[in-house]
Amino acid sequence: MTPAGSMDEGLRNELSRQGVFVVKLTDLYNWGRKNSIWPLNFGLACCAIEMIAASMARFDISRFGAEVFRPSPRQADLMIVAGTVTKKMAPQVVRLYNQMPDPKYVIAMGACAISGGPFKQGYNVLKGIDRYIPVDVSIPGCPPKPEALLHALITLQKRIESEQFAGPNPAPRLARGAPGEYPVPRLGAHDIEPPFNPEVWQPPKLVREE
Amino acid sequence: MVGQRAERKQLMPANYGPYWFILVLLAAGAVFCLTPLLLAWLWARFFMPGRPGPTKNAAYECGLDSPGADGPRFKSEYYLYGILFLVFDVEAVFLFPFAASFTGLPAGAAVGMLVFLLLLIEGLAWAWVKGLLTWK
Repeated sequence: MTPAGSMDEGLRNELSRQGVFVVKLTDLYNWGRKNSIWPLNFGLACCAIEMIAASMARFDISRFGAEVFRPSPRQADLMIVAGTVTKKMAPQVVRLYNQMPDPKYVIAMGACAISGGPFKQGYNVLKGIDRYIPVDVSIPGCPPKPEALLHALITLQKRIESEQFAGPNPAPRLARGAPGEYPVPRLGAHDIEPPFNPEVWQPPKLVREE
Repeated sequence: MVGQRAERKQLMPANYGPYWFILVLLAAGAVFCLTPLLLAWLWARFFMPGRPGPTKNAAYECGLDSPGADGPRFKSEYYLYGILFLVFDVEAVFLFPFAASFTGLPAGAAVGMLVFLLLLIEGLAWAWVKGLLTWK
C-alpha cells in the first residue's frame, strides 16, 4: 500500500536509530483505533457492575483508552455484552449491534453472555449471544473480575493491531462486502425465532465413534 | 515626537491593509476545520465504505420501536386556537403589504384580498361569540 510496506527491515531499523520512524498507513490506523475503543454504555446483569468497576478509579479502563462509554450505538466501537441475555432482550441487543458503525467488536463478558451460564436451563435465557452476532473475545467467569475485562480489552487491542484492511487477507470486519447488519430475531409465540443465525453459529455436531 | 511618528511611518508599508489578516485567519480556520473532514471522507471513500441498512438507518436508536397507532390524537377544540392564530398572526403578515400598496392594486387583487379579510373577520366574530377573547 505504501512504500513502507515493502521497505527493508534493516533500513527501517537504521532509520529509527537515527530518529526517523517509518510506519505503514495500516499500522498508524490500527494504532489509533486500538487506543481509542469506545464501548457502548449498556449492561444487562451483574457483570455490568464489574464493568462499571473497571471504568472507575481503582481499575481505570481509561489507561487503555476505552473509558469513553457512549450512550448511543452510533458512536460506539465495542459492545460489551455484560450479563444474562434474556430472549426478550436478544432482539434489542442485535439491533444495537446493527446500529453501531463498522468496524465494531463484541466482548462477551461472563458465563451468561457466553452460554447462558447458571441460568442456561431457564426457558427465557438465550444460550449465548454468539448465536446471533460474532463475538471477538469471551471472558469466562461468574462474574469476571475487572482485571479479566481489562485482559479481554488488551486481547482485543492486540487483534485490532494485527488487522489488515487491504491486501489479500483482510480482517473479516474490514473487508469489502462484509455484512453491515445481522438479522434481528423475533420473539415468537413459543420461542425466539430463528433460534440462531446460521451464518454466525452452528449447533455442535455430535460425532459418534463406531 | 515628530521624529518617532516619521520612524513609524517608515516601518509601515505604504499599502498596509489591516483587514487582510482577518481574511488570512478565516482561510486558515476553514482549512483547519475542513481538512480532517476531507481526510475522513477520503478514508471512508477508499478504505471503509459505509454499510447502511434498514436497522442502521432507523431513526430510533435503542431498544424497541415506539408503540401506538399511526395518527396522533389531539383535542378537536384546538381549531379555535387555529382560528385565532390565523386572525392575529397570519392576517397581520398580509395586512401590512396590503395597506402599503392599497392604492396601486388592480381591482381583482383588492377584491381577492377583501374576501380573504372577510373570511378571517368571520373567524374573529366566531371566536368572539365563543367567548375566546374574554380574559378568564
